[in-house]
Amino acid sequence: MSVQNLNAFDPFADGGDPLAADQDVGSQQNYLHIRIQQRNGRKTLTTLQGLPKEYDPKKLLKAFKKEFACNGTLVDDEEMGQVIQLQGDQRTKIATFLTEEGIPKSTIKIHGF
Amino acid sequence: MASEEPLFDPSLKKRKKKAVAFIEDPLGAEADPTTPAPTSIDNHTTNGDAVDLGPTTLHEQFKQNQNGDAGDDQPADEVKEDDNFKAMFPEGLKKKKKKKDIPMDLADEGSGTATPVSAPTASEDLDFSDIKKKKKSTKKKAMEDFEKELNDAKAKDDVEENDGDDGEHLNDIDEADLGDDPFAHGAPTGVDAGTEPWLSSDRDYTYSELLQRFYASLHASNPSLLTSTGKRYTIAPPQILREGNKRSIFANVADICKRMHRQPEHVIQFLFAEMGTTGSVDGAGRLVIKGRFQPKQVENVLRRYIVEYVTCKTCKSPDTLLTKENRIFFMSCESCGSRRSVNAIKSGFQAQVGRRKQ
Repeated sequence: MSVQNLNAFDPFADGGDPLAADQDVGSQQNYLHIRIQQRNGRKTLTTLQGLPKEYDPKKLLKAFKKEFACNGTLVDDEEMGQVIQLQGDQRTKIATFLTEEGIPKSTIKIHGF
Repeated sequence: MASEEPLFDPSLKKRKKKAVAFIEDPLGAEADPTTPAPTSIDNHTTNGDAVDLGPTTLHEQFKQNQNGDAGDDQPADEVKEDDNFKAMFPEGLKKKKKKKDIPMDLADEGSGTATPVSAPTASEDLDFSDIKKKKKSTKKKAMEDFEKELNDAKAKDDVEENDGDDGEHLNDIDEADLGDDPFAHGAPTGVDAGTEPWLSSDRDYTYSELLQRFYASLHASNPSLLTSTGKRYTIAPPQILREGNKRSIFANVADICKRMHRQPEHVIQFLFAEMGTTGSVDGAGRLVIKGRFQPKQVENVLRRYIVEYVTCKTCKSPDTLLTKENRIFFMSCESCGSRRSVNAIKSGFQAQVGRRKQ
């Protein structure tokens, strides 16, 4: 009888550079950024950037719009990928919503004042 | 500073809500100087809620405990004073007024750093009016909590005395007592003296328990640790003026940068990235920011800058250097010698606001 557990993984195999896969080391790549932008008057815009691949931005946007009672849109950006835009200051609401959905709080970064 | 007030006043009247709050404020800018302003600075109220200051280290917790035990007859505020970042802007919030009236400030005790030069202005006071109100209630709560703590501490002291321990306080324990054989006094010098929870049961001790025990004996043998490190990091509160309707002027940006030992360009870049705006530096060295900003908001961003780029993550000392090597910023600590890379400032996605071109 052989020990099956030990066959699966060779600990001495060359794993290569562990940082190689990461495009820019120490960057904010894997953070979820929630930002705010001032518009005219008291109006503001909230953007959510860096959503993990496993979440469907379209569905999330729909949930956001319903939950926060605001409008919003999905913007395609060459650099940042898909960004969710919401009307008004929804930063804390987004953060609580996402944490309740199981996204670890440490990966969420709230910017702005 | 007086010349700035007329500039500020008209805009004040326009924003009705703020003005009302200001009038309602029982402790307005012109409050009676003889009545001392409430001195409590609470973690949450002053900081707002946006800034994550990181967990307090056990060292700091221990310090707070010590203060709570030692200052039996001192106001509740003393206990709360200890957070580094609270004191960062000692004049920033309501403390400012108090500074003006009472030169000897609790918060300033033991701080070797010079207090910020800028004179507090009425224009800065008004934005904190609503905060003050909030603080009232929290202060009450803090008092109650403190009283509870006090009773506990007293009870503990009594127990210790009954046990025949030397009872008084950890600080009073002689160094010689502990010098040779730290374990002789090991158990009874803990924060919860003699009551190490693992003694009664046969379970393993947890890391935090052991850490607490370590700090207890450390501070018992080195009482100076608690008093000597009370140096404060102070920075003048940002002075924000309104220019016209859509722009704010950050007047003392150069002063603040100098105090933090950071390049103004770096600070300004961070400010713009965080606040999602643009702006420029005018002839007098002031920063003109597009958009309306309150001093409180800028202060929040500055706090975040300090947490991220000024204070050492290891020893929390603000005595650090920021250098650029191969397009990466490194922060090296002057006091503990640690060195780490810091995040590059990225402004991220900027949504299209305002009119589109063409």
